Amino acid sequence: MAGSTVIIGASVAGVRTAQALRSLGYRDAITLVDQDLHAPYDRPPLSKQFLAGSWDAERISLLPADRAGELGVELLRGQRASRLDTGRAVVELSGGTEIGYDTLVVATGARPRPSPWTVPGRVFVLRTLAHAQALRSALVPGRRLAVIGGGFIGAEVATTAYNLGLTVTVIDPLRAPMARVVGDEVGRFLARLPHRYGVATRLGVAADLIAPDGDGVLVRLGDGEVIHCDLAVVGIGAVPNDDWLTSSGLTVEDGVWCDEAGRAEGVCGVYAVGDVARWFSPGFDRHRRVEHWTSAVEQATCVGHRIARPAVAAPRPGPDYVWSDQYGVTVQVAGVTGDALDRHWLGDLDRQGRVAILYGEHGRLRGAVTVGWPSAMLACRRGLARGALVEEAIRTLTGSAGTPQRPAACQT
Amino acid sequence: MPRVEADRTACKGYGNCVIAAPDVFDVDDDGTVVVRCESFPEADRARIEAAVRSCPVAALSIRDD
Repeated sequence: MAGSTVIIGASVAGVRTAQALRSLGYRDAITLVDQDLHAPYDRPPLSKQFLAGSWDAERISLLPADRAGELGVELLRGQRASRLDTGRAVVELSGGTEIGYDTLVVATGARPRPSPWTVPGRVFVLRTLAHAQALRSALVPGRRLAVIGGGFIGAEVATTAYNLGLTVTVIDPLRAPMARVVGDEVGRFLARLPHRYGVATRLGVAADLIAPDGDGVLVRLGDGEVIHCDLAVVGIGAVPNDDWLTSSGLTVEDGVWCDEAGRAEGVCGVYAVGDVARWFSPGFDRHRRVEHWTSAVEQATCVGHRIARPAVAAPRPGPDYVWSDQYGVTVQVAGVTGDALDRHWLGDLDRQGRVAILYGEHGRLRGAVTVGWPSAMLACRRGLARGALVEEAIRTLTGSAGTPQRPAACQT
Repeated sequence: MPRVEADRTACKGYGNCVIAAPDVFDVDDDGTVVVRCESFPEADRARIEAAVRSCPVAALSIRDD
């Protein structure tokens, strides 16, 4: 396909799309645009090594300037896209410049879900490198930190802060914050990880007020308890950066709606990848917006194929996969998980240091959660790829051809 | 021929490489990457570059000697 490709958003989805294009032999111009002056950088380390201070900005770069030059990718930083005119095939930037395109890839990601709590210098969010730098400076040993939101990001921030010598409390309205993803039973199991590590929690209760309190903040919970802290981090999810696309002609509703291989619905020559994209999923028979790093990279490869090798079937993203380093363990989730599925427990976290929960439906493996057992997660992902039976997966993990070892009692 | 290189110290066993190119990558019993065959034909480059880019900790690279 002749012409130029413009990619709006230079986080992992956008950068991997540019790299995929070159890898597939695309020779036309590629322009990569991002509002963030620090772009392109990788986000997973922002709650871990970068926040801890052990990695610097250079270490988390996704595409150093010299490498961008070698790839023939023009990088425009600190430029926010404000409007898309699909009629003229032009993106308007907030400074007034316009960029024309032959093919457009929307990769503008997501931003922290807004909360009513803003106390400058004491209540933090975490999405960008600048957020992480600000928070890093505030994580002083001995300080008391409240983390609002017990999802993966909250858990990783809590862990990093605890390791730096802060006293940490994680607050979430759900008794089992992960239950929406992994079901109640496994969610309750994961909710024990913070205590096991030394992080306090207030689960099953919402924070309804965060206010300045001396040099710090107080957090008032729904049950009336007041927690006095020095700072708080709010991690209550993300919302897609799709506002700039209203009245563009794209279908925009909690993300940009696309077909099952990333082409935006309703318009020619536009694709969307990453946290902003809502692809149709044949497996789920509906559109889904997936916020995982691996999904962003797989979507980028797929869209790269559609643009650079349109005559070939583009490789589709595989089953969902996400990992989190939290509370001294690696938690991994793959495929479809939840209480509607049969669950099979293997291992024992306290006695063996590892546990795997396999989710099945009609005898077939549908998903898995592992804690401290990366080789089991990989075996499950391989099983998912080939449609394995749960029995086969259990045999692989227990290493025997006979009766599987009695699953550990799930401690709830 | 181009060659794959793996930094086994950086590897965390996430396994994206194995999913992307099971003919080239595997993991050992510790969950660390094993490169099954270092050299690969030029015709496979795009697929193996995609596998290299799928590593969340950038433990993989390609060398053209």
